[in-house]
Amino acid sequence: MSALGEGAAPVAPGRLSGLFATLGHARYVIGGNPVTGFAFGLLGLLVICAIFGPMLAPYDPLMSDTLAKLQPPSAKHWFGTDALGRDILSRVIVAARLDLTIAVASVALVFAFGGLAGIAAGFFGGWTDRIVGRIADTIMAFPLFVLAMGIVAALGNTVTNIVIATAIINFPLYARIARAEASVRREAGYVMAARLSGNSEWRIALTTIMPNILPIMMVQMSLTMGYAILNAAGLSFIGLGVRPPTPEWGIMVAEGSGSIISGEWWIALFPGVALMLAVFCFNLIGDGLRDIVDPQRRT
Amino acid sequence: MLKVLFGRILTTIPALIGVVVVSFLLTRVLPGDTAAYFAGPAATPQAIQEVKQKLGLDKPLPEQFTRYVGDLVRGDLGQSLTTGQPVLADLKSRLPASAELTLFGLILSLIIAVPLGIVAAVKQGSMIDHACRAIATAGVSLPVFFTGLLLVYLFYFIWQVSPAPLGRLDVFASAPPTVTGLYLVDSLIARDGEAFRSSLAQLLLPGVTLAIFALAPIARITRASMLAVLSMDFVRTARASGLPASKVIMIYAFRNAMLPVITTLGMVFSFLLGANVLVEKVFAWPGVGSYAVEALIASDFAPVQGFVLAMAILYIALNLLIDLSYRLIDPRLGATT
Repeated sequence: MSALGEGAAPVAPGRLSGLFATLGHARYVIGGNPVTGFAFGLLGLLVICAIFGPMLAPYDPLMSDTLAKLQPPSAKHWFGTDALGRDILSRVIVAARLDLTIAVASVALVFAFGGLAGIAAGFFGGWTDRIVGRIADTIMAFPLFVLAMGIVAALGNTVTNIVIATAIINFPLYARIARAEASVRREAGYVMAARLSGNSEWRIALTTIMPNILPIMMVQMSLTMGYAILNAAGLSFIGLGVRPPTPEWGIMVAEGSGSIISGEWWIALFPGVALMLAVFCFNLIGDGLRDIVDPQRRT
Repeated sequence: MLKVLFGRILTTIPALIGVVVVSFLLTRVLPGDTAAYFAGPAATPQAIQEVKQKLGLDKPLPEQFTRYVGDLVRGDLGQSLTTGQPVLADLKSRLPASAELTLFGLILSLIIAVPLGIVAAVKQGSMIDHACRAIATAGVSLPVFFTGLLLVYLFYFIWQVSPAPLGRLDVFASAPPTVTGLYLVDSLIARDGEAFRSSLAQLLLPGVTLAIFALAPIARITRASMLAVLSMDFVRTARASGLPASKVIMIYAFRNAMLPVITTLGMVFSFLLGANVLVEKVFAWPGVGSYAVEALIASDFAPVQGFVLAMAILYIALNLLIDLSYRLIDPRLGATT
């Protein structure tokens, strides 16, 4: 439980100073931990690639040039070219948008559904709690990546379904955290106050409980983001979801996997490194955010 | 003890029911023609009709479910279109390969991660501690298929110390007579040194890939749990009584610190069974994971469904095993139930 979240939410006028305090603390944590600063820099780079990717890419990511195929990195093609002569640097840059979109969309989806279900379960208890718990347990009974494979195979092989599958396998995590955080606040003083002033239970859950557990959920979002990217890339590596020739990191590694035995390392290496850096960056930010939100759990 | 065992087995039933229901729902409630799914992309309308009859898709859902459960009980998971074999037979023949790989990877990562975690906790703030944290952070960020490819490039292409990443044995070796299905064990039983060497050489890279993947969570939790135990009163008392440090750490602290580690193994297994699929694809490993991937690409749905169900049941069984071993290690738990 974070002292910060508790103090900031119930009193509205204190919020602004609370925000400044948080920002100040954030700057302090980032300043004290250069790794987190580095991670935020990396995130900035990723976001720039995702937004302006097609403009930044030196070549058309889909244009193949059979004369220049399988070329190692050079001044002309910094990351080399693949078996069809496409420029790998351009493909890696352009792919950032798709990879990040999949991750953001699935995390947002599970944040909405898992978070709400968890709040309802923790706040109302009773049969709501039992149903949500049962659903979470059933999902957890599967090895998660295998379940995601099954879902995408059954729903159909599209990017949307990768987003849905990734959201579903993360559902238990979000539901459980939200449930635990909501249930400890069920009888908190400010919840009692809200109840006494005549708010309905749903209103309390959404306007009083939810803002209070938001910081903890945000940390979770950042930590799951890396996992969501890995999961989506894994699915597309085995041929689910994203279809060639669409540039996407997982599928690019898969395309390069055949050439690695014959020594063309650059086709798989660069998208793989991009993938790794993206996941690394979200994990570091998650750890950094946790330090800001919940100083007690610092490791 | 037997009563505890039985009671614990009973608690897996809701999970089993859930898993069966989900795997049933995955095919029936979803949009699209289920019969067309199972008949595959190249099916004639007549074949689709046949599948429809066989699955009873013209019947109401509850009846379909009863029939599905009945099929499962008889071990009928349907036919694979690509291999032409019953799915269960395919899974059975390929499971040992996957089991060998997963177990090898898990044991390897335990051998490295647990001592690493202990040393990191005992010498908190030392170089080893920092190395442990670095490995834990990097390990969770590495896509497992990428690690595999990187290892192939380094050990096969550059240094040429590893055989080609194609299956469980190199082309000149022959498989040992089947006893357990695990080539390492079978070749030892048959005293076939050549087969042992060959299968170990093939297993090493994919095993290391999986181990790197599982290393991070195990090392992290070992370190954290050792740190927590080492600060407890009974450790201080043991130290104050003049016991040698090795005894305090290995017997007093480690045994208590093992409990969270074993709990984490459940999560590690969930990761490993998923990562297995990717590693098998990279190394052309003839296990159940690559079987499911081949079926996926051919839009052959029955093997995929069978695979998902089999993995889920295996995972439930593993969790049961973990839970039971937990009770063996911690006698306090056995006394309360």
